[in-house]
Amino acid sequence: MTGIAGTDQLDIERSLDSDGGGARETDAAKRAGTGTQCTDAANSHTVELRIRRQDTPSTASYWQSVLVPVRPGDNVVSVLRTLRLNPVARDGRRVDPVAFEHNCMEEVCGACAMLIDGAPRPACSALLAELGNVIRLEPLPKFPVVRDLMVDRARLFEHLKRVRAWVRLDGPWDNHERAPRIAQRQWAADYLYSRCINCGACLAACPQFPESATAAARPGRTFLGPQALAQVRLLNAHPLGRYDKADRLQAIMAAGGLTDCGNAQNCVRVCPKQIPLTTAIGELGRQTTVQALKDLFGA
Amino acid sequence: MSGRRVIVVGGGLGGLWATLTIAGSGHRVQLFSLFEVMRSHSVCAQGGINAVLDGKGQHDSVAQHILDTLKGGSWLANQPPVKSLCEGAPGVIRTFERMGVTFSRTPEGLLDQRLFGGVKNKRTCFAGASTGQQLMHGVDQQVRRLEAEGLVQKHVWWEFLGLVKDQEGVCRGIVAMDLRSLQVQAFRAEAVVLATGGLGQLYAPQTTCSTNSTGAAASRVYQQGAHFANAEFFQFHPTAMLGEDKTRLMSEAARGEGGRVWVPKDPADRREPNRIPDAERWYFLEDWYPAYGNTVPRDIASRAIWRVCRELGQGIGGDDRVYLDLTHLDRAFVETRLGAILSIYRKFAGTDPLERPMEIFPAAHYAMGGLWVDFEHDPDTGGVKPGSPRNHATSIPGLYACGECDYGYHGANRLGANSLLSASYSGRVAGEAVLSHLAGLERGADGLPATPFDAEVARQQAINHGLITGRGRENPFRLHEALGALMTSRVGVVRDNASLDRAIADLAELERRAAHIDLAEASPWANQTLAHARQVQDMIRLARVMAASARARDECRGAHYKPEFDLPLPSSKDPASPEWQQYRARWDANNARWLKTTVAEHNLDGPQIEFEPVDLSVLAPDQPRDYR
Repeated sequence: MTGIAGTDQLDIERSLDSDGGGARETDAAKRAGTGTQCTDAANSHTVELRIRRQDTPSTASYWQSVLVPVRPGDNVVSVLRTLRLNPVARDGRRVDPVAFEHNCMEEVCGACAMLIDGAPRPACSALLAELGNVIRLEPLPKFPVVRDLMVDRARLFEHLKRVRAWVRLDGPWDNHERAPRIAQRQWAADYLYSRCINCGACLAACPQFPESATAAARPGRTFLGPQALAQVRLLNAHPLGRYDKADRLQAIMAAGGLTDCGNAQNCVRVCPKQIPLTTAIGELGRQTTVQALKDLFGA
Repeated sequence: MSGRRVIVVGGGLGGLWATLTIAGSGHRVQLFSLFEVMRSHSVCAQGGINAVLDGKGQHDSVAQHILDTLKGGSWLANQPPVKSLCEGAPGVIRTFERMGVTFSRTPEGLLDQRLFGGVKNKRTCFAGASTGQQLMHGVDQQVRRLEAEGLVQKHVWWEFLGLVKDQEGVCRGIVAMDLRSLQVQAFRAEAVVLATGGLGQLYAPQTTCSTNSTGAAASRVYQQGAHFANAEFFQFHPTAMLGEDKTRLMSEAARGEGGRVWVPKDPADRREPNRIPDAERWYFLEDWYPAYGNTVPRDIASRAIWRVCRELGQGIGGDDRVYLDLTHLDRAFVETRLGAILSIYRKFAGTDPLERPMEIFPAAHYAMGGLWVDFEHDPDTGGVKPGSPRNHATSIPGLYACGECDYGYHGANRLGANSLLSASYSGRVAGEAVLSHLAGLERGADGLPATPFDAEVARQQAINHGLITGRGRENPFRLHEALGALMTSRVGVVRDNASLDRAIADLAELERRAAHIDLAEASPWANQTLAHARQVQDMIRLARVMAASARARDECRGAHYKPEFDLPLPSSKDPASPEWQQYRARWDANNARWLKTTVAEHNLDGPQIEFEPVDLSVLAPDQPRDYR
């Protein structure tokens, strides 16, 4: 992230660096129950959300603290929804409802990814029982902020175009032909990659994936990141997708392609679907080596 | 290429298939979506998609698929579209397979198929337990290719607000709002396809549906004159997780793959479920429906669970919950076939369904009803005439509807895994119909005067202005909560006329309250409260259509259950027995009165309900539903 452009307008009492104490507990303590996180009576449990807000794409961000009541089973999306019923800041002042994206609430649509206590992840599956009593929410980094926790992830989808992540059908009609057979073993390996929900968490965590301003300055030439690369791995394996394998490999051998990966392994650590992104990148390394030789010898 | 312009509203399976079909023929499609495409509710479909491939040695047939679908829907669906749907299913699967969809495989590398409810043959193709997401990947990639070729232009984060009609009442475009800048703008087109999905949010939070499945777009075109059919038929999925924020779906595939539903015989039994011996468990579905057991259709299963918990007081611990048990199955098998739902359950309930049975209860899931759409009967095949411009046309010329927002294929109850099929197939058929419609058009929308476009923009801006400057007191999110509670308690699994009368009165009151909204923010940028306030107003109007339609139908059919008018099956299962004969006579008489499509038309003082005949030209409705 670039520097925090916050004006700290409202009531954040401590700086970001020093507020971790309350929020960071050991995993064991979190799972042991509510004892360490519940300061109020058990049946009127509340948490403090420290939200990095931003009114428009071009204005500065600022921090705001709110207290939200918590029900059993709540997650970050559900408490943000609760907050809309009565949007007041911690000091009792009424504030604008927080803008954020969500849809499925079961971690399959990818809409609600954000930074939660500094980690990029879908907010719907971030259960409050696993978090502290002070939770820091920030928009997903690397993508332009639309408002508050809502970001524009258009780049994700542009990259799928850049790597030609599709099978070239003659047309969408039924031509009465089936695709060739696929072994169960191959299916099991491919299916891992087709579970990508395009949340962008891997890109937020990747040290090589550039900020949107950097990417905008060099359109089509900055690092694709693991999300699009994994789809190349998937489509190159499909019996029909294979026909355009060379095109896809050449796309990821160009500037901003595979070799920009710094092997930090952050992507696999944060992927909510446990997609083996670095395995895909490794396989693509071998494929591009072969492709480079083919290109060299005109095979 | 003629290069006409078409607007598709909605980027789920139906909308993407329509886009693909239309843009694939060289026309330009403007695709409107409330959010980035790939975040639509279609990705939440889990268990699979039905198509007769007969690869499991069970002598499955298209004729059987047609019969199961019609009977599962209590004979209420028009039959030619159902016939064509089932006949077209294998072609839809073949196309998906060519797109690269990761369907699960048999050891021979062919498409695997599994069992689903209301069916005796393995007919459901699947991709693990994330089939909807996988199918979406396939069509999304194809649409992206057309986008790269310049044939598709996506309008992401735009909300459909209304249609623009010319002097003859023909739809000539739409007005939509940019959800970031709040700019309201008219778009011209030679045809409009609505593929805006379901309306489970009318029952929030007791619903499996995504938060954007509000039905607001369908409500808006209904208020502009489109007819809405069979609104009273709304499916409650029997196996949803318990949850205060959302009741997450646990796929019917769990039962199809061998999952068993049970409760302790003693509701006060506090033992861990795994410690309760078999003899002390009540497998009530297997007990009541030995022929189909746990894979009875959804309406039957939901009512059975309802009865066990609410009427017999036999829910676990006396509560609204029963066990859905997978613990007796092979762990590796369940992990491969149902991994996606296991993961959802583990994450949100905190226990492992392989170790401890899941706890579930019915929740609002799928609208069988929707925008009324036409079809052209083909006398040569008995199905629908391919490429007819009448197919999937709404009652407003130039406006088409497909996917869950139409009412086309499922009658009074949808069979599991028929929705991914109908969403995809109807998108394809609606797309083909639009192509014919375009070929028959004499003039495009370009030459039309600006007047109707400007007028609709002004009307919509006035609504926004009223909300932003209004001095009401109602929080729109609280109104939504009130709506969900009202619909869940009064227009739910079990209905009665006194409750429906109260629901109708309460909805009218809720609509009055919704005229006095306080947005609590005046931001002119990405004001989500404004968008939600508008949705809530339109959801309440749609709820009135559902309640009025439910009030008007005095019978039990599929998901619409009014015990007062129930015709209980005779205890004998022998069709030749006198009591069965008697039952048949009453069943026939009831069909003569009620086997009709409910059609609602917008009227200033509420929905006007009429009935129209069902096309029964394929199979005479001579089999009462008996899954015992």
